[in-house]
Amino acid sequence: MRRETQTLIFLLLPAGIFFAGFFLIPMAELFVIGGSGDRGWAAYAAIITDANYFETLIATLGVATATTIVTLIISGITGVFLQRHKFPGNATLVAMLTFPLAFPGVVIGFMVIMLAGRQGLIGQVSMALGGDRIVFAYSMAGLFMGYVYFSIPRTILTVMAAAEKLDPKLEEAARSLGASPMRVVFDVIIPGLKPAFISAGAICFATAVGAFGTAFTLATRINVLPMVIYTEFTLAANIAMAAALSFVLGAVTWIVLALARTAAGATVAAAG
Amino acid sequence: MRNRLLFSLQLGFTLLVCAFLIVPVVLSILAGLTVNYFVGLESGLTLRWVIAVWDGYRDTIFLSIGISLACLALTLVLGIPTAYVLAKRQSALSRAIEELLVMPVAVPGLATALALIVTYGSLQGFRTSWTFILVGHVLFTLPFMVRSVLAVLMAIDLKTLEEGAASLGAGFWRRFRDIVLPNCRAGILAGSLMVVTLSMGEFNMTWLLHTPLTKTLPVGLADAYASLRLEIGSAYTLVFFLMIMPLLIALQLFAQPRLEKFVAEDDKND
Repeated sequence: MRRETQTLIFLLLPAGIFFAGFFLIPMAELFVIGGSGDRGWAAYAAIITDANYFETLIATLGVATATTIVTLIISGITGVFLQRHKFPGNATLVAMLTFPLAFPGVVIGFMVIMLAGRQGLIGQVSMALGGDRIVFAYSMAGLFMGYVYFSIPRTILTVMAAAEKLDPKLEEAARSLGASPMRVVFDVIIPGLKPAFISAGAICFATAVGAFGTAFTLATRINVLPMVIYTEFTLAANIAMAAALSFVLGAVTWIVLALARTAAGATVAAAG
Repeated sequence: MRNRLLFSLQLGFTLLVCAFLIVPVVLSILAGLTVNYFVGLESGLTLRWVIAVWDGYRDTIFLSIGISLACLALTLVLGIPTAYVLAKRQSALSRAIEELLVMPVAVPGLATALALIVTYGSLQGFRTSWTFILVGHVLFTLPFMVRSVLAVLMAIDLKTLEEGAASLGAGFWRRFRDIVLPNCRAGILAGSLMVVTLSMGEFNMTWLLHTPLTKTLPVGLADAYASLRLEIGSAYTLVFFLMIMPLLIALQLFAQPRLEKFVAEDDKND
């Protein structure tokens, strides 16, 4: 038994050393450097006390919240529909909806430019209809569209997996008791999918808060936290502030995900 | 009648969502093959832009393939033993270890990259080499390998299998090689495809970790989007699609069904 424990510790060692050396120590270093600038340890409060950073924080959380809500609605409807109705072509639709799963943020940004950029489809269509050329890719609206684009594929997959496990008998029972389709959706389907919604929603939110590639492709002027960190680091060479802000950003996304895991887990346990 | 209407509405909505995702992909593929996208398809089709990308950005493609394969090798060596240990010992400690390992995925890549730079940025030889990027990629992809292998190990009766082999006199390494590894093949395959795909597309960290001499494919993409004409950006994107497409198809084929035969009877109806 003792020997087995030794072997297990030995097996864990390579990953442990790698992880400690390249993640735990650097993160600790980042934390210390965050407190070493002009502001001292107050840099960690700057995200709340400094009006500019606070505004950026609100904007970042705003776009992330909007992304999460819209993605959950779209993916909820589409995911349940595709899981429930196996018509010819269903598999093709699922394949198309999950194709962008592996696109990096920069490519997502480019997709938004193809749709809503200066030479984009939306602008061409709006001009052809006799209106102005509509261009919104290089703004917060474009970023929002990019994040929704990015989040739909993974959220649909989660919703479909959860919808597969829903018991259709519950819906039949509700219907036979005279519930309208709307009531069935709100009283049976949505509560059943709640754990999936919580975990998928948290991932949407965390990526939208921390992602960088999409904003980078669209415009450097978009005022979201990752862009501000990047600017502080490269243009202003304010490494301490960049460190403090990114540490706070990391803490926020990690807490959101951890909370969601606990919440989703608790709901699952309560349902089972 | 009402059901029919409801079905059509939902189908219409689903098709719209599909169009939202796929139309820009098709547009960018077309743009990469059109002589002048602003004029439209009438200007003719050409491979000029793809060739320009190949001439200008070939290095980024090879570097990305190299890094993703090195990343795969490292995540295999580090990840499989970790998954095995986590499967053998299910305690509060092993859950804490798993939680820690997932942190580089939860924390934005920007933060991880900054942390690496402030710690190791002054080591010149390391900072300017491609291994600096590799370290970031391994941190980011390791949890996917561990989880994928762990999922398979949890679904098989590892204990009985190992005890059986041990009672026949197989030592630890023999059991690890002949029992554990073959049994988690499916998890290793799924994890490997995931690792390579993610490494190939990683940008959040890589943008800060790269140097002018170590540009990966997504870094080159960001470059091209920012400074070159739309057609070249599109052609470059097309090259990227061609590279990840086989990986994605393989992922869908191999990773989707959760290999029922490994699942114990009791676990099936939860």
